[in-house]
Amino acid sequence: MMNPLIPLFVAVPLAGAFLTIILGRFITAIPRYMALAVLLFLAFISFWSLVTGGDGSSVYTLGGWEPVEGVPIGLYLIHDGFSALLLCLISLVGLLSVTYSVSYMARYTSENYFYSLFCLMIAGMNGVVLSGDIFNIYVFLEISAISSYALVAFGVEKNELEATLKYQVLGVVASFMILFAIGFIYWSAKTLNIADIRTVFSADYDNSHYLLIQILLLTGFGLKAAIIPFHAWLPDAHSSAPSPISAMLSGVLIKAVGIYVIIRLFFNMFEVTEGMSIVITTLGALSMAVGVFLAIGQWDIKRLLAYHSISQMGYVVMSVGIGMILMARGIRSEVAALAITGGIFHMLNHAAFKGLLFLNAGAIEYSVGTRDLREMGGLAKGMPVTSATSLAASLSISGIPPFNGFFSKLIIIVAAVMGRFYFLALLAVIVSIITLASFMKFQRYAFYNVEPGKIRNDIKEVPVPMLLSMITLAVVCLLLSLLALPGLRETVLSPATDILMDQLKYSSQITGM
Amino acid sequence: MKGMTVIVKKTTQLIAGIIFLYGIYIILHGHLTPGGGFAGGVIVAGSFILLILAYGSDFLNLVKEERGSTMYENLAILVFLFLGLTGMIAGAGIFFANWLPHGTPGELVSAGFLPLYNIFVGIEVAASILTIFLALVIFKEEVLK
Repeated sequence: MMNPLIPLFVAVPLAGAFLTIILGRFITAIPRYMALAVLLFLAFISFWSLVTGGDGSSVYTLGGWEPVEGVPIGLYLIHDGFSALLLCLISLVGLLSVTYSVSYMARYTSENYFYSLFCLMIAGMNGVVLSGDIFNIYVFLEISAISSYALVAFGVEKNELEATLKYQVLGVVASFMILFAIGFIYWSAKTLNIADIRTVFSADYDNSHYLLIQILLLTGFGLKAAIIPFHAWLPDAHSSAPSPISAMLSGVLIKAVGIYVIIRLFFNMFEVTEGMSIVITTLGALSMAVGVFLAIGQWDIKRLLAYHSISQMGYVVMSVGIGMILMARGIRSEVAALAITGGIFHMLNHAAFKGLLFLNAGAIEYSVGTRDLREMGGLAKGMPVTSATSLAASLSISGIPPFNGFFSKLIIIVAAVMGRFYFLALLAVIVSIITLASFMKFQRYAFYNVEPGKIRNDIKEVPVPMLLSMITLAVVCLLLSLLALPGLRETVLSPATDILMDQLKYSSQITGM
Repeated sequence: MKGMTVIVKKTTQLIAGIIFLYGIYIILHGHLTPGGGFAGGVIVAGSFILLILAYGSDFLNLVKEERGSTMYENLAILVFLFLGLTGMIAGAGIFFANWLPHGTPGELVSAGFLPLYNIFVGIEVAASILTIFLALVIFKEEVLK
């Protein structure tokens, strides 16, 4: 079955980006409505594809180049259970960020460039998620990365430029490693199609060569995903960007171009080996633990949130890594499936609550004019909606029921215990407690701490579009916890787990064998 | 920005047209010979850059040229996307389907959509490289002021 809408995920935001520049020159209000329309359309088709797709996957051959004797020769876009979830995530968080930007970006100049770059970034991420060809992943990754460099620097102040320079240098190192690995793959496998590479490599592969490619790809995409030894760029870049962009970068970009690609390649392109899965689990556990300790001392709200992104991505990587170890050992496959489901679920949840937290931070910055927690206090009175939504997000990131973070962390910890990784389970619990502590600090200093003589009565609530997107994300945080229910979990999360667990399903759907 | 000496100006006058035509040749024969839209576009942009460097241009003209080249860049990529989308509407109903008649291999007008794609990629690359060049020059002029 071929879903005819698949190329529109890339074509529509691309067209939107360039139309924005042309039409924005004549009519100033066009850019924001164009971006809103593009993202509404994307949200509609992504959810429609998720609902109608079921657990089957859909392969789109660009230009109609069918495989010849089982060898794919064209470019493929693949929409399966896992990429469908990511597409919904990208378009939902994107839509809410654009709604938020309508008010937030009004104080910046050259709005048309902002919306144009935003659409380009969306196009790049959709392309990475859909592409079935490793070189195309690289091309789309560069589209989204380069537009995000420009977006981080959008304020053009000293801090922004410094942050974007750091981000660019490390981003280019990452891209170089990825390109290097792709070169090695093409050299030995003579193909760039992920499914075909898998078939070639599984037939015969030189072990050390294979390991080099894996390590290069893990380093490259690890840099994009900001896993701990490669995380130096993230706190600067995510805290200097305009807030809707921080929400996009932390909420979606590091997942779509980092975590998603790592998971996709290490499950569907390489065979799961025990050594590599232990490395991935260790990196995940490390970033989970170190990230939270770096976060708790921060006084700048957005830096605090950025370090928490590292820590929460550690949960995802660790949980998927546990699944990989169990798969490599060939034991307890139902526990492996549980761990991978937990990882994917936590990834979805993190997009919702971290997006919301960055939007809250932006709202505080918009009204109060500072990001330093020590200069705030008693904002709950002036900004009731921001306070309430950020409480919801804080509870969900710290894993308090009935919010979504609780359920995904529960699944991860249960899977770790069932897989007999007692130390990792304990670590996950401890990290969750420290997360709770640091968000109690955030809540107390920002919203409740009223010192005499420092009460500010001039604080106003932010405009309606910003409130609208914050409230919607808070509701999404609550609704996502429904995915833990047995019926919904099977229809939404299981297709994603199946395509990763079933070693032959992904490649057979393309080569047709 | 200032121009260069009369020797450079005269040489540029003789060469620029030939470089431009060579770029057009590379673009049009993209589906037959090595090269194509990207390589030809770079050569076309090179001829414009040579003219600007040799003759110089005042600040306002540079800004006007940059606006024009940005416009061409955006239009070219939109047309390219539109050509891809026509494949979804007509022909086989597939994005980037080559549904025009393919013609005889080896002739200039053949291979369906490929020459059209090459032409618009050529415009896109030429305009974007010119835009990058102009943006850098404008930035330098602004810093000098």
